[in-house]
This record gives sequence, structure tokens and C-alpha cells, in this order.
Amino acid sequence: MFPEAWKYSVAKSVNQAIRWLLNTHGSAFDSFSSGILGLLLWVQGVLVSIPWWGYIAFIAVMAWVATRKIIPSIVLAVLPVFIGMFGLWHLALETLALVITSVVIALAIGIPMGVLMAEAKYFAEFIKPVLDAMQTMPSFVYLIPAMMLFGLGKVPAVIATLIYALPPVMRLTCLGLQQVPKPVQEAALAYGATRWQLLQEVRIPLAMPSILAGVNQTTMMALAMVVIASMIGARGLGQEVLMAINRIDVGRGFEAGISIVIMGIVIDRITQGLARRWDPNRK
Amino acid sequence: MAGNVIDVKELWKVYSKKDINFNIEDEEMIESLDKSSDSVVAVRDVTFSVKPGEVFIVMGLSGSGKSTLIRCLLRLVDISWGSVTINGQDVTAMNKKELTEFRRNQAAMVFQHYGLLPHRTVLENVTFGLKLRGVPRKERRERARETLKIVGLEKWDDYYPASLSGGMRQRVGIARALVADAPLLLMDEPFSGLDPLIRREMQDELVRIQEELHKTIFFVTHDLDEAMRLGDRMAVMRNGEIVQIGKPAQVFANPADDYVARFVQDKREEIRKTDEQMAALAEHPEEDVTDDVS
Ligand SMILES: Nc1ncnc2c1ncn2[C@@H]1O[C@H](COP(=O)(O)OP(=O)(O)OP(=O)(O)O)[C@@H](O)[C@H]1O
Ligand SMILES: [Mg+2]
Repeated sequence: MFPEAWKYSVAKSVNQAIRWLLNTHGSAFDSFSSGILGLLLWVQGVLVSIPWWGYIAFIAVMAWVATRKIIPSIVLAVLPVFIGMFGLWHLALETLALVITSVVIALAIGIPMGVLMAEAKYFAEFIKPVLDAMQTMPSFVYLIPAMMLFGLGKVPAVIATLIYALPPVMRLTCLGLQQVPKPVQEAALAYGATRWQLLQEVRIPLAMPSILAGVNQTTMMALAMVVIASMIGARGLGQEVLMAINRIDVGRGFEAGISIVIMGIVIDRITQGLARRWDPNRK
Repeated sequence: MAGNVIDVKELWKVYSKKDINFNIEDEEMIESLDKSSDSVVAVRDVTFSVKPGEVFIVMGLSGSGKSTLIRCLLRLVDISWGSVTINGQDVTAMNKKELTEFRRNQAAMVFQHYGLLPHRTVLENVTFGLKLRGVPRKERRERARETLKIVGLEKWDDYYPASLSGGMRQRVGIARALVADAPLLLMDEPFSGLDPLIRREMQDELVRIQEELHKTIFFVTHDLDEAMRLGDRMAVMRNGEIVQIGKPAQVFANPADDYVARFVQDKREEIRKTDEQMAALAEHPEEDVTDDVS
């Protein structure tokens, strides 16, 4: 057995540290929290004010723009109708609001961080192991610090989701920038591009397919995480699944599960199709 | 020397995977660099100058350092040792801002591998240098259209590089350099991808531009005919060194060593044949001499 004398628990110190953080910087967390909540509620308000057929029409148009194929566009547009038929429309909108809020924040942080990774080698060296750790960590783990700092409810759900969903967009932004062909960059430099102009005119546009693939992955991961985050009080479809598990109501769980899958498919197909449209090499 | 467009002195360029502190005094180090597989001495103690209005040709086998030399002139690679002075400005001593200014206004380059922007149309590619300089959109598009006419691509302005042939892409690259209106043109095998007919046309065009605008042209080529047609002077490189500099005709007539002799052999034979032909014609003007020299 492991020596008894070596036993040492960090649980107490962690709790103390958190308490200290909250005591000393409580107001900062509060305003941060209310900022996120404000954004979330605003997104949700907008989403709720759109009629159901508005979504169908929007999805149909986006799917057409993204894929240029009639049958897939119709299928994608019709799928969400099932969510409504299961009576889960409103919960789905809540989930969507959480996903959109988390993804918007994740992109606002992740894309600049990815650019920084590509531009500053030392930053990349430092951040890569952190990203690796973030991705190998089971998603439940993110719930703990988020809950500790922000309690229960939607805000910690957004925080946990955005942290969980951050790595792919950072990585793929960085990768895309690094893969821009050297001769093209050299030519731009030869004509007197500054570092910023090189980034803006050449590297970011050429990295766009990769960045958009990152956006797609980040969105999908956010959707997965939002479902898990219902354990700490994010409502929406995840909560429905959780309740079905608690009550061993397989049918109800199935309906909620199918609804999540439908959301996943629609979001994935549309973002992927848009990414492909953007690819400069296909023009 | 004052008045030269390009002045290169004791230029060295070493590509190395490791950080090295290069010093030409340190002969042991240079020797070890030559032996090591981690480093390549791509340009070795090169000194030359180019006068205003001159077309200066650089030739040499593949891997002899021609592209590296042309990159050093714009400091697209870090220079290991020596100095490069262009239009009286010391390129080696410039800071980032000065270097950007210099690249925008003093020199325009045509790349061996085109270096076009795949996400921009032909017209946008040509206007790229002007855009970086902040030339207004309308003016730069007009100027780009004019230049596209010179290279014969005026109908292709809305296409993307991916849908152009290699020769057409190179002409876009040439238009991009011409539109910059810089006093110095750096051209790295600009015509090697073109078919003989268009190549000839582009060579004539270059001669015309040069006569009209009195540019100074630094021109890398593999083609002896091209060197002969365009060059005022030429340099032959081997393993990073310049082994001979002179007027093309001189180099062809009096190669400095075996390497140059082999390099220019075809041209020498051709010249010998035409000389014999001329001589034969002069001796027997009424006879048909073509059979005799075949
Ligand atoms: N970025 C680089 N890193 C390391 N070595 C390089 C690099 N670029 C060129 N070299 C090496 O430097 C030497 C000179 O290359 P360079 O491209 O200047 O030759 P070149 O004369 O232009 O050849 P070519 O006629 O094939 O274009 C070669 O041995 C090449 O392998
Ligand atoms: Mg070359």
C-alpha cells in the first residue's frame, strides 16, 4: 500500500484559495458574470423572438449557399421540425443560445490567440502543452472550477463550455497560418509588406479554410459540452437528458438525444459547407 | 563606388540549421561549414557592381546560388557577411521600417516560382505592390490594366492564378514588377517557363522597356541565348562563387576556366559555326555554303 505518512490532501488548500479569490476579487467575478449573463440573455431574447418557420427558412437558405445541392438542403431544413414535434423547441433554443454565446466568446479569444501562437514562437511553446492538457482532460473536469468561481447556473456553463471548446480554433488558426506557402509570403515581403500587412492581406485569408475548420470543431465541441453543462444548471436539452436518466425514462431521453443530434448535424453541415466555399484554392 | 545601382562587397550567405556567428577571418569555421551537412554556403565571397541602365546577367548550374544572391539584394534572407548597397543606400544597415520603404520603392522582383497570391485575381495581384504603398484604388487599377496589356493578359484580369498556365502566371509576375515602376528590376529566371515564341516576344519587350525607361535589370537565367540577347555584362556562378564577369561575347570567347568553358560550350560552337559560315560566305559569295558546315 501507499505509505500512510505521505498522504497529503490539496482539497483543503484549493478550497481556501477559491474562497480567498472570491473574497478579494468577488466584485470582479460578479461584473464578469453579469456581463456574460447579459450577452446570453440578449442572444436568447433574439432567438426566441424568431418564429419557428424563420429558422426553417434560414437553414434552407444557408444550406443552399453552403452545399448548392437541393436534396441535402431540404433534408437539413426539415430535420428541425422533429425537434418541434417532440415539444422540445424552446429547450433547443436555450441550448442554442448557450452554444452561440460560448462560441462567440471562444472565437473572440481563440482566433487572436491562434494568431499570436503562429507569430510568437515562445508563446506557442508555452501554450501547446496547456492545450494538450485541455483536450485530454475529461469534459466534466471543466465544470468544477467554473462552478467554484461562478456557482450554479448558466454563466458557469458558458465558462466551462468556452474553455472546453477553445483549443481547436486556436490550434487550427495557428496551423493554417503556418501552412501558408513560403514563396507567396516571400513575394509579399519583397514588395514591401509590413508584418501586419502580411498577416492581413496574405496569411489570414489563405489560412481561412483552416480557421473555419476550427470554428466548426469549436462549435461542435461547444454543443457537446453544453449538454454536459446541464449538470451544473445550464438548462436546455441537456437537462432533459439528465432528467430522463434520473427517471429511467428511455423514450424521453431518446427524443432529447435525437434533438441534440439534429442540431449537431445542421450546424456541422452548414459551417463545413461555408468553410469549403471560402477555400481560395477552389476558385 | 558612387554612381552604381548595385554594389555588392564580400557577400556571404550561409544557410544553417544551427545558429552560427559567421566570420570570414575564421577559416576553420568556413571549412567546417562546407563539410557539415547541416549548413550550405550558398553565396561565397561575391563582389560585383551594376551600373545604371545596365542589364546584368547571372548564370550558373542549378544550386549555384543564383536565387540566393538575388534574395540577398532585397534582404529576403539574412545576410551572413558583407555589404549590399543599392542606389547608394546600405541595405545591410537598414532597420525594418527603412527596409520596407526600400522594398516598396527601389526594387521590384520577379520570382522563379511566381509567388502569386492564390486568393486574388490577376488584376489584384498586379496591383498588390501599389496597394501596399497606399496608391488609391482607382489609380492602381488603371495602371495595372495598362501593364496587363504590355504582357498580353488584359482579358484575364478577373481570373484567379489557379486557372492560368505557368507561362501566363509568370507574365502576371512580370506585370506586377513592371507596374511598381521601380528603378531596379530583379528577375529570377522570369522567362524559363514560357514557350519559345512568347519568350522571344517578352525578351523584345524587355529590351524595349529598358531602352525607353532606362531601368537597371538584374537578370538570372539558364539560357545562353537569352544572356547573349539581353545582357550588357554577365557573371557565371559556381558553388556560390562568381568565377567570371564580363561581356557575354567575351565570356563565350574566353572562358576563364574549364567550368565556364563547359558551361558555354553550346554557345561557343554556335558562334564558331556562324563565324565559319560568314567566312565561307565572304570567300565564295556566290556558292551555297550551308552543306559545308553542317
Ligand atoms: N531556404 C534554404 N535553406 C537551406 N538551404 C537552401 C535554402 N535555399 C537554398 N538553399 C541551398 O542553397 C544552395 C543555392 O540555392 P539557390 O536556390 O540559390 O540555387 P539556384 O542557383 O537558384 O538554383 P536553380 O537554378 O535551381 O534555381 C543550394 O544548395 C540550396 O540547397
Ligand atoms: Mg533559382
